[in-house]
Amino acid sequence: MIATLNLLIGLAMGLNLLALGSNRLPALIRTVSIQGMTLGVMPLLLENHNLDWRILMIAVATVAGKGLLIPGLLRRAMRAANIEREINPFIGLVPSLLLGALGTIAAVALASALPLLPEHVGSLLVPGALASVLTGFILLIGRTKAISQVCGYLILENGIYLFGLLLIKATPLLVEAGVLLDLTVGVFVLGIIVDRIQRAFDSLDTRKLTALHE
Amino acid sequence: MNAILLIVVPLVGAVLAALWPTNRTRPWFLPVFGFVHAALCFGLLVHPPTVPPDAWLGFDPLARAVLPAVSLLFLVCAVYAIAYLRVRDERPNRVFVASLLSVLGLLSAGHQARHLGLLWIATEAVTLAAVPLLHFNNTPRAFEATWKYLLVGGTGIALSLLGSLCLGYASLHGGGKGDLTFVALTAQGAGLSRPWVLAAWVLLLVGYGTKMGLAPMHTWKPDAYGEAPGIVGAILAGGVTTVAFTALLRVRSVVNSAGEGAIANRTFLAIGLFSMLVAALFLLGTRDYKRMLAYSSVEHMGILSIAASFGGIGVWAALFHVWSNSLTKGTLFMSAGNIRRAAGSPSMDSVCGMAAVVPRSAALFVAGTFAITACPPFGPFFSELKILLAAFKTGHGTAAVFFLAGLLFAFFGLTRVVFAIVDGRPHPAARAGGKRFRETAGLIAPPLLLLILSLWLGLFTPAVLQDAWSAAVLQLFPPL
Repeated sequence: MIATLNLLIGLAMGLNLLALGSNRLPALIRTVSIQGMTLGVMPLLLENHNLDWRILMIAVATVAGKGLLIPGLLRRAMRAANIEREINPFIGLVPSLLLGALGTIAAVALASALPLLPEHVGSLLVPGALASVLTGFILLIGRTKAISQVCGYLILENGIYLFGLLLIKATPLLVEAGVLLDLTVGVFVLGIIVDRIQRAFDSLDTRKLTALHE
Repeated sequence: MNAILLIVVPLVGAVLAALWPTNRTRPWFLPVFGFVHAALCFGLLVHPPTVPPDAWLGFDPLARAVLPAVSLLFLVCAVYAIAYLRVRDERPNRVFVASLLSVLGLLSAGHQARHLGLLWIATEAVTLAAVPLLHFNNTPRAFEATWKYLLVGGTGIALSLLGSLCLGYASLHGGGKGDLTFVALTAQGAGLSRPWVLAAWVLLLVGYGTKMGLAPMHTWKPDAYGEAPGIVGAILAGGVTTVAFTALLRVRSVVNSAGEGAIANRTFLAIGLFSMLVAALFLLGTRDYKRMLAYSSVEHMGILSIAASFGGIGVWAALFHVWSNSLTKGTLFMSAGNIRRAAGSPSMDSVCGMAAVVPRSAALFVAGTFAITACPPFGPFFSELKILLAAFKTGHGTAAVFFLAGLLFAFFGLTRVVFAIVDGRPHPAARAGGKRFRETAGLIAPPLLLLILSLWLGLFTPAVLQDAWSAAVLQLFPPL
């Protein structure tokens, strides 16, 4: 089981780099969507054959939310705003890829310094989580379009979700449900804001948000 | 039971306000539900309930020490909101009133959360519920502020979730059974896995510190406070930031029991002093009097963080300061809101002589400025004095010197802006604006009341509050 899981986490880490390297918005959104679906399958692999309905629900909700719903909303926002599909990065694609690769190496090194429970030794969950969080930060800082920043935020959240998988058996349902609900609502609100920004500025370029400064 | 009512009553109010048909009468929901909330809250303050140790939610000593201040501030802001929303009757207020009441309910949940996950959910929900409040003015500048608030605040809240998960894993690794109530985590104490506790502390400090507005995670604050209506600023500065502060106090007591209290104290002190430094520098540079209040808020969050690093007596003083800061900030935000309405500009470059245009608001603004910069005999003077004494008693003389220097520079910065807009000869346009803007009792009495409360809190600190703060300290630092 752990080999399959590690394979999927490795795929998610590869998708991180793909997200950093893509220079067009639809490709970025597709990458985030595939990563979300990959993450959604993971809880099923984590359980040892006896499928709990709670775990199943989390898996279904994640695939639907991270994989379909949120990317759909993002595509709609992109079409509604009628913005250019080019990303115009603030940190160039090659530097961001290099940063991402360095971040992945740092994540693996950092994870090996942290003590793990016997059942988690040998799993890539912690390095995968840290690498995704770092990738999310690079996208948040290094991209100018609002939608690509939202994608960065989603990858950051994906990293946190990966980490949450370590605790999925121990934490009560309320926490998990709340996490998913809040995530969806958070991005939903982000979507509304994106919509409003577009009406106010006719572009989704956050570089134009510079009226407020010292 | 009453503890749950504190959460449910405002949320019911929010639903009713959202369904209410007329714009004119809807603002009355705010004081009515605010009053019920305050009555319940002060009833619980005087007759504290016993909270079962494994409860996920409860009016425990820490909630008792802080939540009544938030409730009181909300009630006064709610009364002000009636007059304010009448002045702004061109804007639909359905979403605004409903969001404001939701924020109150969720703040009550956050203050009473005794479970790591529940605390996070409540804080996240408050963050989202405050979004419509920020773009009430519907201007491009308000959108910009909202976007920054959401992006910075959202990232902070994500990091605090990661920190919560790390703390959960620390418990699991130490043989815990996945019980994430603070009582259980504290009881596990030294059994928690140290590296994970430290990772959790860093992430939670950054995460909840963003919500609190500690530098360098404060960047959303000036934009949000500058563009949102005055009462929203008051509730964010006096209510939302305190929920993040109590969250950090709860987490700190877990870190303490794990034997890493010294590290927690050092980081609290460092980030607090840094916040005071950053706030003082920006206060000396800003030209916008509403953004000035945001930097003042950063400064006071720094003060709270410094105070919390001085152990039990420091936390007692910090809880006192939460009260005095919340009430005094309320005065400042409301009077600044009045001045902003009359003057039509937030910048000291184009606003002057407001003492002639809106004399009462200007007088309140000046008095509030002296109160917040710790001039006696207002509340902040006494609470900051307690913090200073705590610093000397615990042997933090150098920190005390930096603390005083920070206060001094903040005083220069604040008075520089305040007297620039209050003194002088008003522009003719401002005079005309002042004629259109009438200082009605509804716009003057609430900030005045808060100023009087701040004075009263300093001079005659009620015994029941002192008891509540001592009980909270006892909860956070249980005797061995």
